[in-house]
Amino acid sequence: MKIFVPADAAAKALGGDAVADAVRAEADRRGMDVVIVRNGSRGMIWLEPLVEVETAASRVAFGPMQADDVAGLFDDVAAHPKALGRVEDIPFFARQTRLTFARVGLIDPLSLDDYAAHGGLTGLRRAFEMLPASIVAEVTQSGLRGRGGAGFPTGIKWNTVLGAPGPQKYIVCNADEGDSGTFADRMLMEGDPFCLIEGMIIAGIAVGATKGFVYIRSEYPDAIAVMQAAVALARECGMLGSDVLGSGLTFDMEVRVGAGAYVCGEETSLLNSLEGKRGVVRAKPPLPALEGFMGRPTVVNNVISLASVPVIMAKGAAHYAALGLGRSRGTIPLQIAGNVQFGGLFETGFGLSLGEIVNDIAGGTATGRPVKAVQVGGPLGAYFPQSKFATPFGYEEFDGQGGLIGHAGIVVFDDRTDMLGMARFAMEFCAVESCGKCTPCRIGAVRGVETIDRIAAGDKSAIPLLTDLCETMKDGSLCALGGFTPFPVMSALTHFPDDFHAMKEAAE
Amino acid sequence: MSLTPIETRVTEIIAAHAAMEGPLLPVLHAVQAEFGRVPQEALPVLARELNISRAEVHGVVSFYHDFREMPAGRHVLKLCRAEACQAMGGTSLAQSAMTLLGVDWHGTTANGAVTLEPVYCLGLCACAPAAMLDGRVIGRVDASRLAEIAGECGV
Repeated sequence: MKIFVPADAAAKALGGDAVADAVRAEADRRGMDVVIVRNGSRGMIWLEPLVEVETAASRVAFGPMQADDVAGLFDDVAAHPKALGRVEDIPFFARQTRLTFARVGLIDPLSLDDYAAHGGLTGLRRAFEMLPASIVAEVTQSGLRGRGGAGFPTGIKWNTVLGAPGPQKYIVCNADEGDSGTFADRMLMEGDPFCLIEGMIIAGIAVGATKGFVYIRSEYPDAIAVMQAAVALARECGMLGSDVLGSGLTFDMEVRVGAGAYVCGEETSLLNSLEGKRGVVRAKPPLPALEGFMGRPTVVNNVISLASVPVIMAKGAAHYAALGLGRSRGTIPLQIAGNVQFGGLFETGFGLSLGEIVNDIAGGTATGRPVKAVQVGGPLGAYFPQSKFATPFGYEEFDGQGGLIGHAGIVVFDDRTDMLGMARFAMEFCAVESCGKCTPCRIGAVRGVETIDRIAAGDKSAIPLLTDLCETMKDGSLCALGGFTPFPVMSALTHFPDDFHAMKEAAE
Repeated sequence: MSLTPIETRVTEIIAAHAAMEGPLLPVLHAVQAEFGRVPQEALPVLARELNISRAEVHGVVSFYHDFREMPAGRHVLKLCRAEACQAMGGTSLAQSAMTLLGVDWHGTTANGAVTLEPVYCLGLCACAPAAMLDGRVIGRVDASRLAEIAGECGV
């Protein structure tokens, strides 16, 4: 008998380790031979810790489990009060199209055999047989765009690096997933680390890079530990090194840890940090593709972009590109968070409407109260009111509604939320995290907090001032931190004006 | 010139990272892991060994929220302040934590047991509000869970 108890950080945060200990203790007490696998999460966080029991006949789920529920797993499982049946039959899971996350939660994250048995390495082996330019063409044809938020076509970026001369090129994976409401990178690294490694190797072959870095934020100690273990295993098994799986090709990589700076999720700031400098944003040009890490040609891609490459290579560009909407091709791992009934990771083709996601898939709020606003795309994303719920999930579609999809985090707020407070927080966050390079961001964010405080105190003349300040930040900042902080601020002001007039009315 | 014990250890740590490209952050993490802080007397050693200016080292150490000059309490409790946690009552939870511990953000309790730090997202946004105690993640934190944590830390 095999029992899966997730070691995903969210499962651990909800008692996963205690459940695993209880399983071990109960198996020992009964003298049973039980293999415990610490898998990733299947993504249904409201059911975590979600335990699966695998026998020759089936693999069935139970959740949310606590240590007290464990003994029942060894008796009549059908009668277990937490029995959920097969994961694949749970509606939230059954409705998904799992490509990038196909193995997350299914396999033992640190077993290369398990990885290969579930389709891993197929894409890499195909890449061995191809010319670099053909690999780049395949990724370009898949329509894959940067999943970190910017949405730049991955294949085009790779092509620039392929064509750039340089004695050494690099693949840098941006795993500085700092946006609130996002956890896809974390789940992927904790649940299927070899998939990211495989994606990075393929990127390396495609552009002629032999060295890679994964820059993981320090707030993710579990993901760091899993990635470090996976890189060590990959090296031991010959997946990394001077002769990748006997292909004669070289690729090796290192895991690097951030130090608590949100702005290091911006690619040029990340590169500075990786070089051992302050995480200050660089002006572009030069593009990192031409002058990146140590001034050499560098691919900087998000975790999900790179981890989507193996399945694109394995199944072909056409299979991936067949999914999606408009210029947003393939699948997107939606991360449903905040005040929701069913929170977690939902991978699906682009195109679902925001309303379907919030009301249908997420089941509305956890508190049972009406939804007031949904922030899409992290702390730099706009707040969407219910009146914009018809917006289909896609890069251009959200852009057209004054928002962005970012890293596809969706944070739901109920009707008790004070939107002026949320706008103030956006400015406060920008002030705390500004790298200091651009004045509109460094000073503007501080003035933004003060201006919103004036509005809160009933000074309506401060409203045009805030609007003007947001324009300046938008136009005058080098990167998305200063440039996009106006999104949450202005969307809150535009769509929820009552929250900005409350004090004035009270005074009248 | 004889080195202090801290200077000697920092020199060893730098040597262990010598093969790395851009070693400063990994070195600083290792120094902080060793001493619980990045001591002032480590900075000239870092500057000399890595062939950068002291101002540059200071600039890097002071840029990142993670590096501290003074040691933290025996435990570090990080509470998430970001939006998803706010949507589930994170702001009032943070207020309760400050009242319970008698400290503001970055403060350490009078008995040195806990330092309270803000954190902007732990990736536990679907089981908010979230916290991290000495690297151990905790989800759906409420007032009673907070009291338990404080008790565990010896507050």
